[in-house]
Amino acid sequence: MITVSHVSKRYPGGYEALRNVSAQVEPGEMVFVTGHSGAGKSTLLKLVGGIERPTGGSVVINGKNITSMGRASLPFLRRNFGFIFQDHKLLFDRSVYANAALPLIISGFPRREIPRRVRAALDKVGLLDREKARPVTLSGGEQQRLCIARAIVNRPAILLADEPTGNLDAAYATEIIAMFKAFNQVGVTVVIATHDTALIRGLGARTVRLDHGAIAA
Amino acid sequence: MSWIFAHIDAFRDSMRRLLQQPFATVLNVAVFGIALALPCGFYIGLENVARFSRQLTSEPQLSLFLTVNADAGDVKAIEERLTRHAAVAEFRFVDRSTALEDLKRASGMSDVLSELQSNPLPHAFVVAGRSADPDLLEGLRDEASQWPSVEHVQLDSEWARKLDAALRIGRLLVTLLGVLLAFALVAVTFNTIRLQILTRRDEIEVSKLIGATNHFIRRPFLYLGGLQGLLGGVAAWLIVAIAVRMLNRELASFGGLFGLSPSLGHMTLQQIGVLLALAALLGWLGAWMSVSRHLWRMEPR
Ligand SMILES: Nc1ncnc2c1ncn2[C@@H]1O[C@H](COP(=O)(O)OP(=O)(O)O)[C@@H](O)[C@H]1O
Ligand SMILES: [Mg+2]
Repeated sequence: MITVSHVSKRYPGGYEALRNVSAQVEPGEMVFVTGHSGAGKSTLLKLVGGIERPTGGSVVINGKNITSMGRASLPFLRRNFGFIFQDHKLLFDRSVYANAALPLIISGFPRREIPRRVRAALDKVGLLDREKARPVTLSGGEQQRLCIARAIVNRPAILLADEPTGNLDAAYATEIIAMFKAFNQVGVTVVIATHDTALIRGLGARTVRLDHGAIAA
Repeated sequence: MSWIFAHIDAFRDSMRRLLQQPFATVLNVAVFGIALALPCGFYIGLENVARFSRQLTSEPQLSLFLTVNADAGDVKAIEERLTRHAAVAEFRFVDRSTALEDLKRASGMSDVLSELQSNPLPHAFVVAGRSADPDLLEGLRDEASQWPSVEHVQLDSEWARKLDAALRIGRLLVTLLGVLLAFALVAVTFNTIRLQILTRRDEIEVSKLIGATNHFIRRPFLYLGGLQGLLGGVAAWLIVAIAVRMLNRELASFGGLFGLSPSLGHMTLQQIGVLLALAALLGWLGAWMSVSRHLWRMEPR
């Protein structure tokens, strides 16, 4: 489903965040990308999600090489993913409901079906009773769940989550991971980047470990 | 269907944003209105002057003065030439003694003129051209000046010709002014939209990250720029209409003194349509450039 081959990424300014990274994710898999801070986890997820472009190698999603895609197709590629950003990227000047509805509005989803879809997504993350609230009034864990609601509202086949448990206490983190586990069990392919190795111990999920921009042996 | 909603959304969004900042909106609309009213007003002024000059020169005339010592034979020869000439519609002979009598009567200087030993006035012809075409009349003037015993040919509509040239220069200046102000308006919109973009940069960034096309992101800003331009166009139209009305009131009282009733024409419906379309287009263009530049800087490389 996701095939990353010999990918490298050099950011403008010359820093090489990824070097010759190859990895593969099968449909319906749940995979963790681990590594120290600055190892290149976020960069790898962004390359897969069509948010950054690699400077070398190729990324193939569902048999389509997205590396050679034109700019005009990138938005449509991004709609295939539910992306949970490390820095949340919530809009603080609008309600919980409006934040979760944004992907549907962007993709031109039928108007009358939007409220039902948004409420279903908010319900799944336990925020249904907060739909009118502003994101600032939410706790850290609730904000994270709002990010998840926004990521799943389009019912994507692939979820890419960047440090979804960052800054959360252990109990809350376990709850969030359980949520992803549940999505995975209904067939969603899940890729989670995290530096928290304690979190994934005993989960039995496959792990791709990065070290200074390269796959660690 | 969803694309219709997307446009309705963008329109509502831009309306809301205009109303949210009424002071800034009024200022922007005023800048547009004044900047557009200047070339429009001048243009309308020139159109009116051109209309007046057409009215005044509707009878194209030449005056042909013969040399003082021209005799009846010479007059006969000129008459023949004029009769045959294709550019001449009709002509009238003014005898030099008749002209002197007329002058005596008209000027009230009969005593002075009676003192003269000889009549200083020449025979003359008043010639009507076949059309008001200045080239035709000038051709006739140049030709007739070469005829024997013709002293001088006066083109009566020569001033109109000069006015015409002045009008042409005026139109050129108005066009130049219009083009410069159009650039300025695009720049003004570029800047106001840039400020709007800055207040919404998070929204733009997030939208792009989760799959918004550039069209989607541009749309509300294009509406905003276009709407602002359109309102500016309406303001310009009102400014010109009010100015024309005020001038007409002045002209009416001024013209009344001379038994005339001059009045300036208002903008035609077609001119108003062009003005509004152009104003909206300029706003749209400024917005388009502003958003495109912002989007371009956001593209992943
Ligand atoms: N936009 C960027 N421009 C320049 N350098 C970047 C950019 N994003 C990340 N980096 C650098 O790339 C390296 C890897 O970053 P990242 O992928 O965020 O690592 P991780 O998510 O594993 O902490 C870091 O050293 C970081 O400073
Ligand atoms: Mg990271």
